[in-house]
Amino acid sequence: MRFVDEFRDPELAEVLGRQITSLCEPGRHYKIMEVCGGHTHTIYRYGVQDHLPENIELVHGPGCPVCVIPMGRVDDGIAIAERDGVILTCFGDMMRVPGGRGSFLEANARGADIRMVYSPLDALRIARDNPDREVVFYAIGFETTAPSTALTILRAAKEGIENFSVFCSHVTIIPAIKAILDSPDLRLDAFIGPGHVSTVIGCRPYEWIPRDFGMPLVCAGFEPLDLLQSVYMIMKQFSEGRAEVENQYSRVVAYDGNPVALRVLADVFALRPFFEWRGLGSIAHSALQLSPRYAQYDAELRYELPGVRVADPKACQCGEVLKGVLKPWECKVFGTACTPETPIGTCMVSSEGACAAYYNYGQYAKQRLNLEVLR
Amino acid sequence: MCLAIPGQLVEFLPGNADQLALVDVVGVKRKINIGLMDDVKLEIGDYVLIHVGFAMSKVDEKEAAEALSMLELMGQAFTDELQAVAESSIE
Repeated sequence: MRFVDEFRDPELAEVLGRQITSLCEPGRHYKIMEVCGGHTHTIYRYGVQDHLPENIELVHGPGCPVCVIPMGRVDDGIAIAERDGVILTCFGDMMRVPGGRGSFLEANARGADIRMVYSPLDALRIARDNPDREVVFYAIGFETTAPSTALTILRAAKEGIENFSVFCSHVTIIPAIKAILDSPDLRLDAFIGPGHVSTVIGCRPYEWIPRDFGMPLVCAGFEPLDLLQSVYMIMKQFSEGRAEVENQYSRVVAYDGNPVALRVLADVFALRPFFEWRGLGSIAHSALQLSPRYAQYDAELRYELPGVRVADPKACQCGEVLKGVLKPWECKVFGTACTPETPIGTCMVSSEGACAAYYNYGQYAKQRLNLEVLR
Repeated sequence: MCLAIPGQLVEFLPGNADQLALVDVVGVKRKINIGLMDDVKLEIGDYVLIHVGFAMSKVDEKEAAEALSMLELMGQAFTDELQAVAESSIE
C-alpha cells in the first residue's frame, strides 16, 4: 500500500498554509484550476489540498495529453497498425488507452506491430533500420512534446527518409482553457498554469485570462511547495485586487518561452480548424496538423482512415472530470468498474490522469484526514 | 512522457547538424538532441531538463538535483521512464 509522501520542508509548507489562510476573504469560496496533469499528480501524491483552508478548492483540468485523445483517434491508430508492413510507434502511456475497438495492446494481441518508444527520434531510427516497412509515429502531447515531433520530421526530411510518417494528435493548451472558461458548467477563480508547456510557449499566451476574465494565472513548478507558493501568489493577487500572469517557476520557465521551439512549431505544423477532445468535444484551432510543406510525412494523408467519431462509454464520466465539474471519486464507475488495471476511461490510464492519481494516492489522503477527525 | 528528466552535459557529438550531445542521466550516459537549445549557450557540465529525448531548458545544479529527487519519489512511473530511456537509442 502506498501512502501520501511527506513534504520535503513541512515547516515551510505549514507557514505557507497559514499565510494562504490569512489572505482568504471570510465566507468566500475559491476554485483554482491546475491545468496540468503533472500538477494533479503532485497534489494527490503529497496531499497538497490538506495544507489549504477548506474554502480553497483545487479543481483538476484537462492537461493530460493521453486523457484527451478521443476513442476514434485510437481506432484510427489501430487501422494504420493493421495495414500490411506497418510498424506503429507511440509513447508507452498510449498503449492501454481504450478506443472503440480496444487498445493498442489488444491490437498487438491480434497481430499488429505497435511498439513503445521513448522519443520520436527512436521511431525515426526504426524507420531507418527497416527500409522495407512503413513506420508511423503516433504523436500525442501538448506543446511540451510537439517541438520534438517537429524536429524529428525536419530530420526525416533532411535525411530523405520516405518510409516514415506521423499521425499527429498534438493539442494546444490555450484553446482548451478558453473552452473551459466558456463552459457554463463551472465557475473558476484562478488558474495554476502548466510548468513544462510554459517552458515552450512562455507566459505571454495567458495574458488574455486576467485581461478578459479578471482571473490570476500563476505558472508553477512541480514540487508540492511550488504549488503551495503558487496558491499563495494567487491569493496575494486577490487580496491586493490584482489579476495578472505571474511566473512562480522562473527557475525553468522564461517569460517568452523557448523561441527555437516556437519557430520549429510554426514551421512544421499548422492549426487544425477544429479537433475533438475526449470529454470536451470539438474545439476550434485546438490541435496541430502537419503544414502542407511536410504533407508527405502526414499519416492522415498517406493512409485511408476510418476517421469516425466514437462516443465514449455511457458509464464513463471522464468528460466531466477533465472539465473539473466532477471530482474523480464522484464518477459512477470510479474504483469499481474502472481501475488502473481495467480502465474504462482515459483519466484512469495515465499516471497524470486525475482518476489514476486519486486512485493511487488521494484516497489515502482522505483516509488520513478522516483519522485526524476521529482523533 | 511528460516527465522532465535532468541530465548533465558530458560531450557534444559531431555530425547531425551538431544537434546531438551525450548526457549523464542518473549515472548512465545517453545521447540526446539539443536542437531546441540553439538560442542558449550550453557548456559541458551544464544541466538540462530532457523531454522525450530532447533538451528543453537549461537549469542550475540545484534545480536538477531537486527535479531528480522529486522523480525518485514517483516510484514506478520514474522507473518506467528510466527503462524507456535505457531502451532509447537516438541518432
